[in-house]
Amino acid sequence: MSDNHHSTDAIIIGAGPVGLFAVFELGLLDIKAHLIDILDYPGGQCAELYPEKPIYDIPAIPICTGQELTDKLMAQIEPFGPTFHLGQMAESVVKTDEGKWRVTTDTGTVIEATVIIIAAGGGSFVPKKPPLQGLEEYEGSSVFYSVRKMDRFHGKNVLIAGGGDSALDWTVNLHPLVDKMALVHRRDDFRAAPDTVNKMRALVDAGDMALHIAQLKELKGANGQLEAVTVKGPDGEYDIECDTLLAFYGLTMKLGPVANFGINLDKNLIPVDTEKFETDVPGIFAIGDINWYPGKLKLILSGFHEAALMSQQAFRYVYPEKRLRFQYTTSSSDLQEKLGVS
Amino acid sequence: MKIFVTDRDGKEHEIAGIDGWQIMELIRDEGLPIKAECGGSCACATCHVYVDEAWVNKLEEKGEEEIDMLDLAFDVEANSRLSCQLTMKPEYDGLKVTLAPE
Repeated sequence: MSDNHHSTDAIIIGAGPVGLFAVFELGLLDIKAHLIDILDYPGGQCAELYPEKPIYDIPAIPICTGQELTDKLMAQIEPFGPTFHLGQMAESVVKTDEGKWRVTTDTGTVIEATVIIIAAGGGSFVPKKPPLQGLEEYEGSSVFYSVRKMDRFHGKNVLIAGGGDSALDWTVNLHPLVDKMALVHRRDDFRAAPDTVNKMRALVDAGDMALHIAQLKELKGANGQLEAVTVKGPDGEYDIECDTLLAFYGLTMKLGPVANFGINLDKNLIPVDTEKFETDVPGIFAIGDINWYPGKLKLILSGFHEAALMSQQAFRYVYPEKRLRFQYTTSSSDLQEKLGVS
Repeated sequence: MKIFVTDRDGKEHEIAGIDGWQIMELIRDEGLPIKAECGGSCACATCHVYVDEAWVNKLEEKGEEEIDMLDLAFDVEANSRLSCQLTMKPEYDGLKVTLAPE
């Protein structure tokens, strides 16, 4: 297999807590897994939305933060050596001539496996877009939500919007490259790391960049080429001339390509049975916040339960000739060997 | 107790107020389109509402976390609030809010 072609037993779409725990339950049954996640790090919502916030309803863990839960799950699944494909989104699912599933990501990774487990939570995390008229026309040419290659902004007249770490980091890092730099934020107070804020303020004080306390109102330009952004400050609206806008307003969740996988959806959720947590397509499962069944609760602990039951059925697909043996980690030397503790 | 919520089409909904519930929860359980992605933990700014001017000064003040998180919302005004940070109580009977644009 080449660098971006892989073959495995199970593909898990979504590396949040439930996707991570699925690695454990599958691993106990000798099912190898690859995980795909659009974020650059595992943990899903726990890592992205509330890494520092406490969680109190994980059985036997009276309190842990979103990041601590992620770290503990990563340690727990370590013996099973899962492969992570991070910073990419599962884009298409097709059945191969050999009866396997082939998942292709938006960065060109191709993975073939016997089963697919969709553990995509509330969907893919994508940048929050400002509600400005005609925005799409400028996206990719003048309006961006991330910096992939710094060179692209060389000699540009850049306006950065936002007050967090992304906005401030890129203001400071891109400043030496660009022709003109300006930062726009709704208040003269920033959530970003104080050190970076100080660097930005020093640039402003030296007259090397502009700081606008205002909010975005309108894009001005033509044919995808931005010429100015109208903003509204305490004293009213005015234009800031620029040819590039970088907007950093955090992330939001969108269902994304899962909607085109050919499985049945109901109100953006995937209906499953409560025995196997399988979708209407045999061999494709859905666990965690993205599934629905009568009585469903969007709790991490429910997702853990679903992962365990799903794995039993996944085993039947991956090892059709083998008999499933139900064992406890406490007493099975076989399982303990897999966990590396025997 | 009740609250009045104006949706993005300008239609006003009267919703029963339940003591101790987040205003976001009351809006969500009514089936109105409020994302509230983080589930009410002040971590996403997708439960942004505008409070009726008559009510702005009658509410609990914004905490630092709410002020910070409003940075991730758009079209923030002086009467902007995150509805997960407002908890229903008898003093809020009759509260009027409008859903912010998405």
